[in-house]
Amino acid sequence: MSLLLLLVAIGVFAIAGFVLGRRRALASVQGNTRALHSLPNYYAWHGAIMAALPALTVLVIWLIAQPLVIERQLAGFFPAAEFENDSQRILLMADVRRVAEGLDTAVAAGTLSSDEAIDIRTGGDASIREILGSVGVALGAGVTPQVLEAAQAYRAFASKGGALRNVLILLVSVAGLAYALRITTGDFRARNRVEVVMLGVLMLASTIAILTTIGIVLSMLSETIRFSSMYPFWDFVFGLTWQPNFQGNSQLGLLPLLWGTIYISFVAMIVAVPTGLFTAIYLAEYASPRVRSVVKPLIEIIAGIPTVVFGLFALVTVGPFIRDWIAQPTGLGTSGSSVMTAGLVIGVLNIPFISSLADDIINAVPQSLRDGSYGLGATKSETVRQVILPAALPGVVGAILLAASRAIGETMIVVMGAGAAARLDLNPFQAMTTITVKIVSQLTGDTEFNSPETLVAFALGMSLFVITLCLNIFALWIVRKYREQYE
Amino acid sequence: MTDLTSASIPAAHPAPRKSSLLTQSALVKKRNAAEARFKYYGIAAITISLSVLAIMLWTIFSDGLSAFKQATFTFPVTLDAERLDPKGNRDRAEMMKVTTIGYTSLLNEQLVGYLDARGISTEGVDDREIGAFISRDTPARLRNLVLDNPGILGQTIEFNGYATGRIDGYLKGRVTRDSAELDTNISVAQLDLADRMVDEGMLSASFNWGFLTNPDASDQRPEASGLGVALIGSAYMMLLVAIMVLPLGVAASIYLEEFAPKNRWTDLIEVNISNLAAVPSIVYGILGLAIFINFAKVPQSSPMVGALVLTLMTLPTIIIATRAAIRAVPPSIRDAALGVGASKMQTVFHHVLPLAAPGILTGTILGLASALGETAPLLLIGMVAFVANYPAGPLDGGMLDPATALPVQVYSWASRSDPAFIERSAGAIIVLLAFLVVMNIVAILLRRRFERRW
Repeated sequence: MSLLLLLVAIGVFAIAGFVLGRRRALASVQGNTRALHSLPNYYAWHGAIMAALPALTVLVIWLIAQPLVIERQLAGFFPAAEFENDSQRILLMADVRRVAEGLDTAVAAGTLSSDEAIDIRTGGDASIREILGSVGVALGAGVTPQVLEAAQAYRAFASKGGALRNVLILLVSVAGLAYALRITTGDFRARNRVEVVMLGVLMLASTIAILTTIGIVLSMLSETIRFSSMYPFWDFVFGLTWQPNFQGNSQLGLLPLLWGTIYISFVAMIVAVPTGLFTAIYLAEYASPRVRSVVKPLIEIIAGIPTVVFGLFALVTVGPFIRDWIAQPTGLGTSGSSVMTAGLVIGVLNIPFISSLADDIINAVPQSLRDGSYGLGATKSETVRQVILPAALPGVVGAILLAASRAIGETMIVVMGAGAAARLDLNPFQAMTTITVKIVSQLTGDTEFNSPETLVAFALGMSLFVITLCLNIFALWIVRKYREQYE
Repeated sequence: MTDLTSASIPAAHPAPRKSSLLTQSALVKKRNAAEARFKYYGIAAITISLSVLAIMLWTIFSDGLSAFKQATFTFPVTLDAERLDPKGNRDRAEMMKVTTIGYTSLLNEQLVGYLDARGISTEGVDDREIGAFISRDTPARLRNLVLDNPGILGQTIEFNGYATGRIDGYLKGRVTRDSAELDTNISVAQLDLADRMVDEGMLSASFNWGFLTNPDASDQRPEASGLGVALIGSAYMMLLVAIMVLPLGVAASIYLEEFAPKNRWTDLIEVNISNLAAVPSIVYGILGLAIFINFAKVPQSSPMVGALVLTLMTLPTIIIATRAAIRAVPPSIRDAALGVGASKMQTVFHHVLPLAAPGILTGTILGLASALGETAPLLLIGMVAFVANYPAGPLDGGMLDPATALPVQVYSWASRSDPAFIERSAGAIIVLLAFLVVMNIVAILLRRRFERRW
């Protein structure tokens, strides 16, 4: 009985629970629904939940536990030394699983009878490979007798375990259903039970955010630790050269990438902060409602355009323009991709972000402050500069920090517009590279996760995550603190 | 009273005033100038951002619109049975032995022969260069046509085939005589011949459905590449993201907004959500690679793994939007429901949620729109791979087949060397933007139609 069939069976029991629970509740009060504690549908749902939920829980636990248990059982087939070594065991188990799956496929395809699959020996190593190859399971290395026997034992355990699992789960499901029906009477508080389950589901959904964070941190941390076991960690943090070399002997220094990232973000902020702030000030203080209602959505269109579009713009238009009109005439650079190209385009991308945040913050400054300033005879610009901006400063700083964190984490524009050469240089018309570019270049394509050249991407990701997280937390803290002032 | 009036009358001839309301003093002038300057800075800032936006859209559209047109040949091809089926038994396996090279030489000869027959001068262009007019994709298409309908062997058919990328570019104005002089792949004489062929009506540019339906093609055949696989991949991903993110987002928001007690744990969740919304998207790509591909063994490059990553990425934004929508439902609704005996859960699901639904939907559509344009995390989970086969249908496990996505296709075309791919890349952006515009318009209409002010 396959997993799918088992799930269908649980579904059937749940539907039965739904129908029977409702019927039993109605029967217990002779059809007088007003005598029931809850609405009839709650009894129905209660029946369905009791039939399905415990069974599904057991099923999930079983599916997680079964491979671990079987793996332990197979220890006898291999020399203890091989089995104790983690990486070797993982490889062995992968082989065993593959052969076992191959045997399953062969049986399903009719190439082997099920008895043959159990008894076949590696008398001819080639024969098992041929048989499995003929059903489309390609084996890499030769199958050792131990692996084949272990695979056969694996199949035996798996089929025994599968049968046991099916029986157990059907029993749990039936028991749940029977229990639900037994306690269903007119006085039974079905709604409260159902609502507890619903609340549990809601609560579970809200923990996804935490699980995501844990997943991010764990996935990067574990690979970063593996990386630091292959490459000296402090050489990574303080290394001045970035020269990955897949033959080994790489120099993986973070500093050139960090410098490129910071330089590009700096150029971006030089573009975005004044433009964004002046846009926000004009829209909040000067523009008539009609102008505002037209211009604000137009500016926000920029924020809705995917970054890959900006990337193509940098690659095709901005890069060549800067190269032909500025960099080459002044002799500062010859490449279309440069710090300037990427920085300018990221700056434009960040304008709507800064302007809409700053707009909100400026609008939150109480009108009384403006009126007081006008009353003293200040002009509009003097009011903005000397009253509104100081009052809004913490919020504005928060917005700028958030924008900086976005600029640091921006990927597509730098991948397409900044270049790939890691260098420590002050010339903004040179191609430079960033952390995000190198994450992409080290992880795209066919990669194996056992060399420092690949694993360094996780360490880079970790650095990026830590930098942006610090900026975000600091910015959110400032924004929140500021908001409390006027509310 | 009298004091006041008498005080307003100057007692003696006053000294001439230094300033008046009618003439501005230097200081006032300076201040007014500063005021005007300040205002112009604002206008300049807005002008700069809007003009960059306009320039960007203009370059994208002017580069990309031509991707929707394609130069095609039409000329009669006599399918020589001797050459295409040497054994003469119309057996598919036998006919498979004639490779595309055989079809290429056949097509070349037929084209040269047809030009001769029509009396079109081929001055300065040798036979090999005439053959170079035909896209490398065309012989393969002719071969498939013949293999599928062996009956047409020996007949003469009117055959449509793509022209090669440079000729295509010439018809659309991307390739000019000046650029051809510098280009080793095309000569000016060939362009002259192309002009004559256009005059004779055997070469023309028409709407390019293939751009929307073909799968990607290799570096050598930009004219045959299309968005088919990318569109299917993006559609699958959006479907899966919508299925996963809507229930999760709504459930999480309901819990946080309506049920969560104010304690450390809820605070932790809240801080987490606002931080996750600001985590760089590429970090989600690393997460997907480590957890979904390496640990959970979801197939690489599949829409499923892309959807999982995009779901986690859009979840925080959707939760934030949904919570705002739920918060906008006035407490009086809840009080009324509770007052007539509804439970807290009934209040939320029967009253609050339906009233918040338009806001939730709007937020979800906007979240999906941003997920549709997201590229960086998809690069890490292998969606940048070259995929030439369509994924299977959604019910046949197509969600686990390798596919690519619209924005990723934009990137992978942009990183190829042939300028014809830049045109395709910009064309793909136009398709992407069209989808985004539609989604945003739907969101705006939903908001207009159902928004309630309490």
